[in-house]
Amino acid sequence: MNGENKCMNQTNPYLPEAARIVRTYPLTEDVKFFQVRLVDMEKAISFKYSPGQFAMISVLGAGEAPFSISSTPSRPGLLEFCIRKAGTVTNAIFKLKENDHIGIRGPYGNGFPIESMHGKDIIIVMGGLGAAPLRSVLLYCLDNRDIFGRVALLHGAKRPAEMILREEFFALKERNDLECYLTVDADDTGKWKENIGVVTTLFPLLKDINPSKTFAFVCGPPVMYKFVLKELIKLNIPKNQILMTLERRMKCGVGKCGHCAIDYIYTCIDGPVFTYWDVIHMRELI
Amino acid sequence: MKIVKLKKENLFSFLEAISEEAELWAPVQKYENKHSFQLIKDFSQIDLKYTRTILPPKKLFLPPTFNMFLATEQGYEEDFSHATKKILFGVHPCDIHGLLILDRFFQHVFDDPYYSKARQNTLILGLSCWPDENCMCKSTNTHIIEEGYDLFFSELENDYLVWIGSSQGDDCIRIKPGFFDEDITDEDIQIYIKWQNERDKAFQVDINFVAMPDLMELKYENPIWEKLGDACLACGSCSNVCPTCNCYNVLDKPLLNKDTSEIGRCWDACTLESYSEVAGGENFREKRAQRLKLWYTHKLQAYISKYGKPACVGCGRCASTCPVDINVQTVAKALEGKDMDTFWNRLSKEVTK
Ligand SMILES: Cc1cc2nc3c(=O)[nH]c(=O)nc-3n(C[C@H](O)[C@H](O)[C@H](O)COP(=O)(O)OP(=O)(O)OC[C@H]3O[C@@H](n4cnc5c(N)ncnc54)[C@H](O)[C@@H]3O)c2cc1C
Ligand code: SF4
Ligand code: SF4
Ligand code: FES
Repeated sequence: MNGENKCMNQTNPYLPEAARIVRTYPLTEDVKFFQVRLVDMEKAISFKYSPGQFAMISVLGAGEAPFSISSTPSRPGLLEFCIRKAGTVTNAIFKLKENDHIGIRGPYGNGFPIESMHGKDIIIVMGGLGAAPLRSVLLYCLDNRDIFGRVALLHGAKRPAEMILREEFFALKERNDLECYLTVDADDTGKWKENIGVVTTLFPLLKDINPSKTFAFVCGPPVMYKFVLKELIKLNIPKNQILMTLERRMKCGVGKCGHCAIDYIYTCIDGPVFTYWDVIHMRELI
Repeated sequence: MKIVKLKKENLFSFLEAISEEAELWAPVQKYENKHSFQLIKDFSQIDLKYTRTILPPKKLFLPPTFNMFLATEQGYEEDFSHATKKILFGVHPCDIHGLLILDRFFQHVFDDPYYSKARQNTLILGLSCWPDENCMCKSTNTHIIEEGYDLFFSELENDYLVWIGSSQGDDCIRIKPGFFDEDITDEDIQIYIKWQNERDKAFQVDINFVAMPDLMELKYENPIWEKLGDACLACGSCSNVCPTCNCYNVLDKPLLNKDTSEIGRCWDACTLESYSEVAGGENFREKRAQRLKLWYTHKLQAYISKYGKPACVGCGRCASTCPVDINVQTVAKALEGKDMDTFWNRLSKEVTK
């Protein structure tokens, strides 16, 4: 994809860089937002990445885990992550406060080939925490609005309280240069004014798609893929223009530990972004 | 390539002379018929007639566990203490091929400094060998070696033919120039060729590795995998002993009373259940059959498709290690549909479920 595979530390890719938590606040009951900055100023400014790449975050004494970079390279200096509490490392990250230190290494993975999509139409379909990697794509498109065609966002959550970054997405509804459709599976607040239903119920709102010039980005819980992919195929979007990210256990991020292997593909260096066409040919599916 | 001759009686004096500033590691007998590469203090320990060591040379480049760095509140301190200067003597061709596969792997995209430093600091002194019933290196075409060593010792009757494979190898020779004879006679060459022919005939196993990628693909859903999976104990031994297995886990070991951790690595195996778990307790390869398929996809299919040769170097360690006889040889036979009955009968006898 972007084919760079260059991380910060060129001589020892395993060595983290110290970073400071600038801002953190809860997004939902079990997801928190983290804005961090590398302690070394020069490195903070020169940290280059593509949307869809990830970083390994470490907490002293707890270990290390991969997280998608949710910020956009078009706004350098700060890195943002949306992190769900899942186990040892994420529990330790949740205990950290502003000004606390973490270790970061990366960026890793291929990322989305967004630079090759100039002039194309973009459809972004996200469910739940799938917003973490796709927010980077979205913000990148918005910051470079002129070089893309149509931009549409479809975002689904289980309940209103579980929609991460909802204020940010609501604000986007005000813009007239992008289509933003939000939905929840069920409204338990009685105050939800948007669509109710699973994310596929938003597809009828997408009118007059020009499939050959459209790229679709999909990320969400495993159950979501099957149905969303069906809808995208119905729209005649070519399989190699449907992009998704795969999640695997990762211990190194640099293609050495073997944990992320699918057949002989290493998700951490050959992915995590794959086209639907790639994924069809993997024997051990999502 | 430059080839010289060394009298057998001078071998240990030569090794002693070149290992003054480096650790000398060589095969020694550890248990009855079980050998191991060990740090040599007494040259009489070296067993020149060994067939295979329990663990392959990878243990010297990436030990079963080692520390990568120390992490503190103030920063990180790299630890390369495993990468001492070494001379590894007595490596057979299959194991040198194994190192060449690891070289390619650990230098692909990102260079792994822990592997590369140890590799750079180690001289490889190869030694010719004779196959036993488990050696498959003729089938994998790794019974001969043309690169990847500094010196290679081919045993003749009273001498070794010494192939000089690198400039460091040449430097070693120059430490004891009097030991080496540049005059290789016709008689020496005849002895060498005769030895080669006889050795070629000594191989007892013949596997058609070229057919394996197709068979892996065609038989991916075949019930043989379920049977193998039922028999497999998920012990991970096959990965530990295989010279081309490289998976590892990362450990964060907090030190007592300090805001400091040792960040280390330890060998892991894709045949173990915990290997593919992701957050939420989801496991992409819960069944043993799925995990064995991954192992054999890597050995028999992936590498052949990419580089034209298998990621198995035919060392026979899986065959002499797996407690239930799952190994490259038996799996290849099962894929070919040969000798199924003997194999399955044996499996069901050995597996008490
Ligand atoms: C490319 C990529 C991008 C990602 N992006 C994000 C992101 O943006 N945000 C986010 O929140 N997450 C993201 N993830 C997922 C995140 O990496 C995991 O949630 C994280 O690794 C969990 O680590 P942990 O130490 O907290 O959990 P662990 O302690 O590893 O446990 C997680 C779960 O796995 C099971 N488990 C793990 N190890 C074992 C074991 N040895 N034995 C038994 N059970 C075990 C447990 O049941 C536990 O519930 C991403 C993953 C990848 C691969
Ligand atoms: S698969 Fe078996 S024979 Fe082949 S290299 Fe590994 S241990 Fe040796
Ligand atoms: S194949 Fe054999 S050695 Fe490998 S994990 Fe299974 S039982 Fe253990
Ligand atoms: S995470 Fe280690 S090989 Fe991909």
